[in-house]
Amino acid sequence: MADTVVGANPDTHAAGEDPNRRDFIHIAAAVAAGGAVVGLAWPFIDQMNPSADTLALASIEFDLTKVAEGQQVTLKWRGKPLFVRNRTGAEIAAAVKDDNAQLRDPQTDEERHKPGKAQWLVLVGTCTHLGCVPTFGGGDYGGWFCPCHGSHYDTSGRIRKGPAPRNLEVPEYAFLSDTKVKVG
Amino acid sequence: MSGHSNYEPKTGIERWLDTRLPIVRLAYDSIIDFPTPKNLNYWWTFGGILAVCLGIQLVTGIILAMHYVPHVDHAFASVEHIMRDVNYGWLIRYMHSNGASMFFIAVYIHMFRGLYYGSYKAPREVLWILGCVIYLLMMATGFLGYVLPWGQMSFHGAVVITNLFGALPLVGEAITTWLWGGFAVDNPTLNRFFSLHYLLPFMIAGVVGLHIWALHVPGNNNPAGVNVKSKEDTVPFHPYYTVKDGFAITVFLLMFASFVFYNPNALGHPDNYIPANPLVTPSHIVPEWYYLPFYAILRAVPDKLGGVLMMFGSIGLLFVLPWLDTSKVRSMRYRPTARMYFLIFVLTCLVLGYCGGQLPDDHVIPGLSTFMLLDADLNSFVWLSRIATLYYFAYFLIVLPVLGLTETPLPQPESISEPVLSHPANAPAGAAASPEKRG
Repeated sequence: MADTVVGANPDTHAAGEDPNRRDFIHIAAAVAAGGAVVGLAWPFIDQMNPSADTLALASIEFDLTKVAEGQQVTLKWRGKPLFVRNRTGAEIAAAVKDDNAQLRDPQTDEERHKPGKAQWLVLVGTCTHLGCVPTFGGGDYGGWFCPCHGSHYDTSGRIRKGPAPRNLEVPEYAFLSDTKVKVG
Repeated sequence: MSGHSNYEPKTGIERWLDTRLPIVRLAYDSIIDFPTPKNLNYWWTFGGILAVCLGIQLVTGIILAMHYVPHVDHAFASVEHIMRDVNYGWLIRYMHSNGASMFFIAVYIHMFRGLYYGSYKAPREVLWILGCVIYLLMMATGFLGYVLPWGQMSFHGAVVITNLFGALPLVGEAITTWLWGGFAVDNPTLNRFFSLHYLLPFMIAGVVGLHIWALHVPGNNNPAGVNVKSKEDTVPFHPYYTVKDGFAITVFLLMFASFVFYNPNALGHPDNYIPANPLVTPSHIVPEWYYLPFYAILRAVPDKLGGVLMMFGSIGLLFVLPWLDTSKVRSMRYRPTARMYFLIFVLTCLVLGYCGGQLPDDHVIPGLSTFMLLDADLNSFVWLSRIATLYYFAYFLIVLPVLGLTETPLPQPESISEPVLSHPANAPAGAAASPEKRG
C-alpha cells in the first residue's frame, strides 16, 4: 500500500545510512510512549496493595493474663487467626522430647518460643498447607489438627503428619512486659 | 467495515484465523489501511482524544469501584480513604474527576467541529445521531458519578435533577419516587446510582462501536466538505492519522496532567468536600461546568414544566439537526453568512454557560439597575440567559432552515486535491522555492 502513496518518503536505507534519523524518531517515540504506559501502570497496580490504613493496623498488643494454663486464645491479626497458647508442663515436655524426632521442617521447641518463655506459644493459626484454621488439641500429637486435609501439628506447632509442608508460622512479636505481647 | 479490503494475511496463523474470525482484517481495514481524506485538520483529532478519555474513565473508574463503598454512611469516608490511604488513590481519583471534565471539553469541541463542517449532513445522519446518544449517555453518567462522593453538592444535585422529572404532569411524582426508591434521595438512590454509573460507560463503549462503524461506511467528512472523488484525495489512516492523532492526544494529555497534578480541584466545587446533609442546602448550588448552559436554559424559563422541556428540547434539537439544516453545502468555509451565525452560536453557548454559574438576579453589569421587565431587572443574568436561550433555539429552528434557502455560498472546490494542486505555490518553479506557502 505504502508504495502507491503520493509523496511517500523514499527509503533512505538504500543510501547506506543505518539506522537513519527516521528510525531514531520511531525508536524514541516508542520508548517515550512505552515508558509513559509503564509509569502509569504502576499506580494502577500498586493501588491493590495494602492501603495506609490497613498497614497502620498491622500490629496489635495482647494481655496474656487472659489465657489460663492449658488454654488457647485465638485473636484476629492482619485478618488471620493468631493462636496464643499457654502450654502446660506436660505439653512443653512432650515438645522438647520430640526435638530430635524425624521432623519434616526441623526446629527445636526452643527456637519456637521467646527465651525463658517456654509456656507461651504465639503462632499464626493458618495451616501451612492451604490456609485452613487447625483445631486446638486435635490430632495424634495433641497440638493442632487441620480439618481440611488432615495435617497433624504437635504441641510446638510443628508439622508431624499430613500434607502441610512447614511448621505453623511464628510471627514477629515481642514481650513488652511479663504479661503483655506486641505482635507485628 | 465497508468496501473491499486490501488485507493480505502474511503468516499461516493469520490465514487460518482470517477464514474463521477476520479480526485482524477488521483492524487492518479500520485503523491501518482505512482511506482518510488527506486534508483533515486538528479539529479532526478529537475523535481519537475522546476514545482515550473513555479508556481513562473506564480504567480509573473500575479501580475506584474497588475502594468505594456505595452506602450513605460510608460513601464520603470511603472517598477520603481513597484520597489518603489507598496507594496512589489521590492520583486515580483526580484522574477520574478531572477526566470527566476533559471528556466534556473534548466532546464539545468534537460537536462544534461537526456543526461547523456540516458533518451531520447526508450521508452521515446516523453517525451524528449516534454521537448525540453518546453525549446523552455521557451527561447521565457524569451526573450519576458526581452523586457518588455524597458531598453537599452531590446530594443536592441529585435532589434537583431527580426533581426535574417531578415537573411531568400526572406521572411526575410517581417517577421521582421510583427513581429515589423512597420518599427522598437516600441510601437506595445512592446504591442504584452507583450500579448505573458502572453500567453506562459500557453502554457508551457499545455506542462508540456503532459510531465508528457508521463513520467507516461513508468515511470521514473533511474541512472542504466535498466528497472523496478519487484515491488521490485520501491517504491511509496509518501512519498519517495515527501520528497526527497521537500528537494531538499527547498535547491534550499535557493539559489533562496540568489539571490533575497542579490544579485538581479547579473544576470542582469546594462544597462537595462537606459531607451530604439533607437538612441544609448550600446557598449557591451549581452543577458541574459542563451542564451549566442547560442549567441556564432551565432557569431562564419562569415555569417548572416549561423549563424542563426547554432544557431537554435544547438537546433534542441536535437529534433532528440533519433535517433542520436545508443547505446542501457541508463546510461553513463556503458559507460565510452561516459562519457568522455559527460564531454567534458558539458565543451564545459560552454565555449560557457563564450565566448558569451566576445567581439569576445578580447584575450582569455591576451596580447598574435598569428597569424591571416582567419578573426581573433587564440587567440580570436571568434576562441574559433568556436572550441567549432565544438565540440558541433560533439558530436551529430559524437560522439553519432559512439560511440554506436564502444564502449564496462561495464556490466549492471540485475535489479535496484541487485547491492544493491549483495553489500558485505548487507551480513547478515556485514549489521548491517557497515550501512554507504550501496548502
